[in-house]
Amino acid sequence: MISIKINGQIKELDVDPSTPLLWVVRENIELTGSKFGCGLGLCGACTMHMDGVPIRSCITPIAAVGDKEITTIEGIGNLNDGLHPVQQAWIDEQVPQCGYCQSGQIMTAIALLKSNASPSDEEIDKAMNGNICRCGTYGRIKKGIKKASELAIINNLKISENG
Amino acid sequence: MGKWKRRAFISAGILAGGAVIVGVAIRPGNRASKVKNIIGNDEDAVFNVWLKISPDNTVTAIIPHAEMGQGVHTSLAMMLAEELDADWSLVKFEEAPAHKQYANYTLIDGFIIGEKKIPSLLQGTLDGAFLALTKKMDFQITGGSASVRFTGVKGMQLAGAATKSMLKEAAAKEWNVNVDEIKTEKSILSHPGTNRSAKYAEFAHAAAKLSMPGKPKLKAITEYTLMGTSPSRFDLPVKVDGSAKYGIDAAPPGLKYATVKASPVFGAKLKTADTSVAEGMQGVQKIVVLENAVAVIADGYWQAKQALAKINIEFESTENDQINQKSIFDTYGSILDEVAEGKNRKKDYKSGDIETAYSNANKLIEAEYKVPYLAHATMEPMNCTIWFREGKCDVWTGSQNPLGFRGAVAETLKINDDQVFIHNQFLGGGFGRRAENDVSIQAAMIAKDVNYPVKLIWSREEDIRQDVYREATISRFKAALDINGMPTAYSNQYLIKHHPAEASQIPYEINNKSVYYADGKTHIPWGNWRSVDHTVHGFTTESFIDELAHASGKDGYEFRQSLLQNNPAYLKVLDLAAEKANWNSELPKNWGRGIALQKSFGTIVAEVAEVEIIDNEIKVHRVVCAADPGFAVHPDGFIAQIESGVIYGLTAALYGEINIENGAVVQSNFHDYQILRMSETPKIETYIINSGTAIGGGGEPGTPPIAPAVANAIFNAIGVRVRELPLKKADLKQKEVIG
Ligand code: FES
Ligand code: FES
Repeated sequence: MISIKINGQIKELDVDPSTPLLWVVRENIELTGSKFGCGLGLCGACTMHMDGVPIRSCITPIAAVGDKEITTIEGIGNLNDGLHPVQQAWIDEQVPQCGYCQSGQIMTAIALLKSNASPSDEEIDKAMNGNICRCGTYGRIKKGIKKASELAIINNLKISENG
Repeated sequence: MGKWKRRAFISAGILAGGAVIVGVAIRPGNRASKVKNIIGNDEDAVFNVWLKISPDNTVTAIIPHAEMGQGVHTSLAMMLAEELDADWSLVKFEEAPAHKQYANYTLIDGFIIGEKKIPSLLQGTLDGAFLALTKKMDFQITGGSASVRFTGVKGMQLAGAATKSMLKEAAAKEWNVNVDEIKTEKSILSHPGTNRSAKYAEFAHAAAKLSMPGKPKLKAITEYTLMGTSPSRFDLPVKVDGSAKYGIDAAPPGLKYATVKASPVFGAKLKTADTSVAEGMQGVQKIVVLENAVAVIADGYWQAKQALAKINIEFESTENDQINQKSIFDTYGSILDEVAEGKNRKKDYKSGDIETAYSNANKLIEAEYKVPYLAHATMEPMNCTIWFREGKCDVWTGSQNPLGFRGAVAETLKINDDQVFIHNQFLGGGFGRRAENDVSIQAAMIAKDVNYPVKLIWSREEDIRQDVYREATISRFKAALDINGMPTAYSNQYLIKHHPAEASQIPYEINNKSVYYADGKTHIPWGNWRSVDHTVHGFTTESFIDELAHASGKDGYEFRQSLLQNNPAYLKVLDLAAEKANWNSELPKNWGRGIALQKSFGTIVAEVAEVEIIDNEIKVHRVVCAADPGFAVHPDGFIAQIESGVIYGLTAALYGEINIENGAVVQSNFHDYQILRMSETPKIETYIINSGTAIGGGGEPGTPPIAPAVANAIFNAIGVRVRELPLKKADLKQKEVIG
């Protein structure tokens, strides 16, 4: 039995410890917001936070999580319980196209804004470069990050895991 | 003209010309009644297959296209709501189920017949033939920018207008007033003279009993209040909180997971598979050996993948095992040599007297261009979930052609079409790939002997290596310039023609033209790739035109201008792009600007790229696009699609390359099939011209002009003409003398 802390809950799981976190979360815990894109840490579609730090869950064995806290897109916010400023900015700037990469983009963006409340273009490029968007929404993602940064500053919020 | 055709023509009489093709459109008490059971509660009055008005006065647009990220659900609903004068805040959408009544006949009309004019005498026959053909093919496809162009205009707008006119008629009857005095606004009918008003829902049932008006009047562009604005798209909220369900997220109860390895050499059969180790591995449920592939079904994807890696698979050798990229291009070269001698060639188009023009030339220019195979690499790898039990089959997948998939799965399982239920999910990118039914057939083969649901997921490696590819090809050009540097003759020979037929045409006025092509068959499977043949010809023709400009001592923009004097629609787009890009402004050393122009899928697009060459590296700083789609229904969504098309095309131009070695694809994942990333993304500006011509597409047209715009900019920067893609392979240190 392996136990992990995810989105504030403890889950006990009977899985092979070498299984990547991504597949445990998607198949055993049944949270499918985090996506499979490459399986090699090349695209960022599977990005989750481990103790607030963005990780590639497709190449992180579940055994490596230990007692660190995992946050997925489902733990960030939603329309019913309230959107995170980054999610709100994504809607305002009409960022997503097919949307498949966007969970990963949002997770990376939140991690960036947590450490840097108003990043420059270059800082955004650097932080987001590991996340591929095949629909090419990069320009809007950049706008979304700036918008979220403004939203947070206007509302005097500090960007955190859950808004 | 057969009687049934005539009847269909009248029944769908809202359309001028090719009305029969509409098929699904409006025929109360007939087609509509057949689908009533699928989409409506008893409470709802179904006017036709496109829309529904509920008792709470909400209007639901039934949309026969999957959402791939173009915002089609929103745009189509807007087109319907505009003509219906519906209250936008009460408009919802539903994706049409995979049912024959939604087969996209109008798409076939636009896609196969294209922009060609059909002699009116033949129309009935032709359209009848197409109706029969498309019924057979079970087309319900999202692609070719079809949604807004065909379904939107021929379906949604007409349906909205027709419904509004029926509602007005019903109200006029009840209130005993003249129908022309009835006003409609925000889903309310009113008669100011007698101070009466009612919600649409109150007259929905009465209206549904009226016959459909023959030719509902559509609004003029100047009357639009909703079309041409950019309300928040329906699909956004679920795409920011992880709740949007893609094919890969399907989760029926008792689900197992499968992954597969097919023969790397296309068409090779399996020889042996040693499954002894894999069979005993943890979580493995079943190993399925197919004719050309091996699949493992397990409790999870990871277990399936681990077990698959432990199976020793050998494939039969084939005559294609020796084929590699070089041999393909060599063969293509010899085919084109034959074409030059007039052998084995097919005529594409021809005008004037090319030989005389060549013999009178002041200067002759020749060039050969080459482009590689390209994979789609949709962000969501291919997948399909199949649950086959008790003679019926549920399918979960993201499909650009759900009806086609239904037919394919039914055939694979040897059951009737109506025993297959397609649950179409969001598509994590389509670009043409998700119109192919190969994965659903393979998934059905894998899951056909178990009674639990199986989700087949391809690894990214399989996704890149088992794609259907944009063709690699060679295109050769020759042109004559007169004493003033104006082109008098233009010829082009290339390999492989798919569609659209007009993709190889150039808009420039040159009196003598001759274009031939030949087939170039290989064992590499071909598929529609965003904007299809335009991706090849956009690059080759627009680069060659640029060569002619420089050979005649003119700049690329002015040269094109001078050849478009009788083509004002193109000229306007070209001028706007040049103006917004400050075409004549100075650039720093090693910077360059290039322009390119291409009409595809009904939209004319001109792009100006600004690049900098740093050592051997290309940095694209800025792209200015001007586009004339006739009318942009949702301008922000249109701009987003153009941006997307530019980046998709720029990825291909800079990096895109699938190579064949020993009959198989070399590339496998994003490290060797590189995708443009944020730091490499130029600043993109898009300017729209709403010229009022027929509505064109948004998804494809941004892609073709970017490769030539960048290549032309490289020439402008350092004088090197790149004639082969991808650009990353070009030696940018060597200068070349042109002409
Ligand atoms: S799926 Fe994890 S980085 Fe691509
Ligand atoms: S929105 Fe489609 S991959 Fe990013």
